[in-house]
Amino acid sequence: MLKTLSPERVAQVACAPLKGGDLGPEATDAALTIRALTVSYGEAPVVFSVDATFPAGSMTAVIGPNGAGKSTLLKAALGIVPKLSGTVTIHGRPVEEARALVAYVPQRASVDWDFPTRAIDVVLMGRYRTTGLFRKIGKSERAIALDALARVGMSAFADRQIGQLSGGQQQRIFLARALAQDTPVLVLDEPFAGVDAATECTIFDVLAGLSAEGRTVVVVHHDLATVPERFDRVLMLNVRKIAEGPISETFTPANVRATYGGKIGLSDAIDWPTRAA
Amino acid sequence: MGAEFVQLSLAPLVIGTLAAVACALPGNFLLLRRQALIGDAISHVVMPGIVVAFLITGTVSTGPMMLGAAGAAVFAVAMIEAIKRFGRIEPGAAMGVTFTTLFAAGILMLEQTDTSGVHLDVEHALYGNLESLIWFDATGWASLIDPVALTGLPAELPRIGIVAILVCALTVVFWRPLKIATFDEGFAASVGVPVATLGFGLVIVAAMAAVAAFDAVGSIIVIAMFICPPAAARLMTNRLGNQVGWSVVFAALSAVIGYVAAGYGPLWLGVTDSVSAAGMIATVSGLILAITALAGPHRQRVA
Amino acid sequence: MSALIEVFSLSAGYNAAVVTIGSALLGIAAGTAGTFLFLRKRALVSDALAHATLPGIVIAFMVMVSMGGDGRSLPGLLVGSALSALLGLLLVDALTRHTRLTEDAAIGAVLSVFFGLGVVGLTIVQTMTSGRQAGLEGFLLGSTAGMLFGDAILIAVGALVAIAVVFVLRRAMTIVSFDPGFAQATGLSVRAIDIAIMALVLLVTVVGLKLVGLILVVALLIIPAASARFWTERSDWVLLLSAVFGGTAGYVGAALSAVAPRLPTGSLIVLTAFALFAVSMMVSPHRGVLAALLKRRRTAIRVHRRQGLLALAKGEMIFDAMTLAVLRRDGFIRADGVPTQAGAAEAAKALRDEARWVIAGRVLNEDALNLRVDVLTPLEQTFTPDQIAAIDAALQNPRPA
Repeated sequence: MLKTLSPERVAQVACAPLKGGDLGPEATDAALTIRALTVSYGEAPVVFSVDATFPAGSMTAVIGPNGAGKSTLLKAALGIVPKLSGTVTIHGRPVEEARALVAYVPQRASVDWDFPTRAIDVVLMGRYRTTGLFRKIGKSERAIALDALARVGMSAFADRQIGQLSGGQQQRIFLARALAQDTPVLVLDEPFAGVDAATECTIFDVLAGLSAEGRTVVVVHHDLATVPERFDRVLMLNVRKIAEGPISETFTPANVRATYGGKIGLSDAIDWPTRAA
Repeated sequence: MGAEFVQLSLAPLVIGTLAAVACALPGNFLLLRRQALIGDAISHVVMPGIVVAFLITGTVSTGPMMLGAAGAAVFAVAMIEAIKRFGRIEPGAAMGVTFTTLFAAGILMLEQTDTSGVHLDVEHALYGNLESLIWFDATGWASLIDPVALTGLPAELPRIGIVAILVCALTVVFWRPLKIATFDEGFAASVGVPVATLGFGLVIVAAMAAVAAFDAVGSIIVIAMFICPPAAARLMTNRLGNQVGWSVVFAALSAVIGYVAAGYGPLWLGVTDSVSAAGMIATVSGLILAITALAGPHRQRVA
Repeated sequence: MSALIEVFSLSAGYNAAVVTIGSALLGIAAGTAGTFLFLRKRALVSDALAHATLPGIVIAFMVMVSMGGDGRSLPGLLVGSALSALLGLLLVDALTRHTRLTEDAAIGAVLSVFFGLGVVGLTIVQTMTSGRQAGLEGFLLGSTAGMLFGDAILIAVGALVAIAVVFVLRRAMTIVSFDPGFAQATGLSVRAIDIAIMALVLLVTVVGLKLVGLILVVALLIIPAASARFWTERSDWVLLLSAVFGGTAGYVGAALSAVAPRLPTGSLIVLTAFALFAVSMMVSPHRGVLAALLKRRRTAIRVHRRQGLLALAKGEMIFDAMTLAVLRRDGFIRADGVPTQAGAAEAAKALRDEARWVIAGRVLNEDALNLRVDVLTPLEQTFTPDQIAAIDAALQNPRPA
């Protein structure tokens, strides 16, 4: 039921009349644009003056040490936590008007999985913008949800209470909910934390498929070893933006060191895209 | 079970049931949000709110009292939030500081003011007075269709009736956003659900239910009905809709069985005086919770 | 006024003096016991415990009456209250342990049901005594009026026992409350100490019933500990301050109540405790509200100043009103928005600092990076000249060998 995202569909959802006129040349090919974003909880900023651009159709890993503000940057960008200053546009529109364009997958640990509900109900939450308060959840909505479950290999678990699922399965349900939202932009917060190897594979494959459809994928990521093979762009963050760009130019030992601190043990498992270092 | 029942027991039964259901509905969401004790806090501050309303207006009319109680509930919630956020104190302690202080202030004001001659005292605030809500004008079941007799119904009945209907309606209307925001606040915000407003709205509705119920049945039932029926219901099912359904059934059962046991139980035991209906309703809700905790089909977490 | 001085100086008669001293001792005991509870994040367990005393009081009364006594003996009532509070505590534990309900739900369920049961009992007692006041209502809100000398002594002794227990076990309890993981590692039985803490809380609750009342005795356990937390990060100081706050609240509250016996003692004690809390929360230099507001304002100004300077350095337009105001106030831009000489210099410096920050991680080790407390502090104040020289060298040579 989920249609491949055709250029027409992107145009349809993303390029409806822009408010405030032309936002400049980069607005057309940038799916998500962050300008001078600063977040502070009353103390020193946890994210300071970050500029970042996520081109449409790109698949970006957001990396940085613990407490570097990766999750906070994206949450603030999507208006989930307040920002001190900065502007964010999604396909050229302010976030508040672009809710239908972006699917957000929070950290798995951020919710109570003992909540009395089934897997399919969680996926159906992804249809909220369409169904609203009252519209009946009909066959077509259910079919979309079932299709999303199938794409993450969870069809057999549709009627399970979510607390009975393993961590990896719960993460797949979260991904299925994002698929059901059918948005051109997807933002995932640590989708690989504490999941099994099979789930990691499934999630990467689904994300690659989304990217191939022309959707923009942003992932807060921890495992440096999988960055070069699985992503095409990287945003390196340590309160400030350290670097951003295509993997081949940006994901260098020097930048990783600058992000994580000079003496980080750079694992041999990383297959550096460049010859440097 | 004729005229006497209609005159003495019908109104308290209906009022008790409506109060129980009105509190149990928002209680489900408070329970799932780990805010069960907000109900506890609200019911402690209703009394100070009423005292303040009395001090300001000098009368014991329903309007100002309801407003005063609702105002106190909002004040308490704001105070808890402020202590949590600005003082960085954990939620439980923030609630403890807030409701004990406001309750203490309420007691002090009550003792300081001359409320003799006014129907306002601590015990009434705690136990309510369900038994006194008698329908004097009723002569039998026929009175239910007698417009003259109907005007003599206790004023608490229409009040709690309206609030119960309102609470039901709001639960139905906001079902989806409430469910989404209760399960996953971050996701809810990302799809445009106004999570802060919704959370505050839930507390206001809970306060409204508490105030209307307090008016008729006192604060013990309010706390018990916020927590016990939803908690027992959670142990019966793994679906939110069913949980809310069970909680309504349990709340109504507690009210009916509790009232009957309080009024007629002692008679059956050969004692003439009845016991507190409010206390009995709370007790029955506790027994229901005990039964579900021992035998409810979904009483345990499944790993 | 003279009555007040008399009471505060403990010269208003034996009874009042003993009650006031007992109340202060109770406050000290509650302050310390409450600290452990507060740090274990179980403050409201005491609420369940306190409400759960009511059926025990009522049943004890009935038992004593049926045995031919008059039912009002304080020791008997306190034993009954302790037993039913213990049962309530065990039920909270059982509900949390054996069902999927969380502790807050278990607390709420136990407190409301036990209280409801107690109220049913109270109505039965009213019938039994047929109009004669049993005086059990005094346990709801606390009352010193009509307290016997023996009762006052009992309260004072009970509070002293609680303080003695705290004194003996304070080390173990402190370790378990502040750092249960460490406690386990050093071989302390966390479970045993937890039980001891709850026993202590139970003792304080029961002793406090007559004075403060069962609805408000939890305040004495929660508020002083929460107040103390504002002032210090050190465990022994939290404990000591909490004891001081609790003792003060108990002393002042009971003394006021002795002057105005019509006012419920519990309310006066709780409101005194809250006054101390409110002052602590507002003015504490580390965690207080005023300090936090000041800090927030300062941070906002620093962020806007830095962002404004960076925009100046890059020649970008500034639209943010606060940024413009800050820059203008600092004399970095003129009224028309054009940077002044000082502004241009400062902007260049900010830009260089940003560039240094971005590259700092490359030449400094993790420890040095983590030392920095604040990303807006100029590098000169954070790192040594050697470190900055290394950073600047890296800036010159973007691709190190």
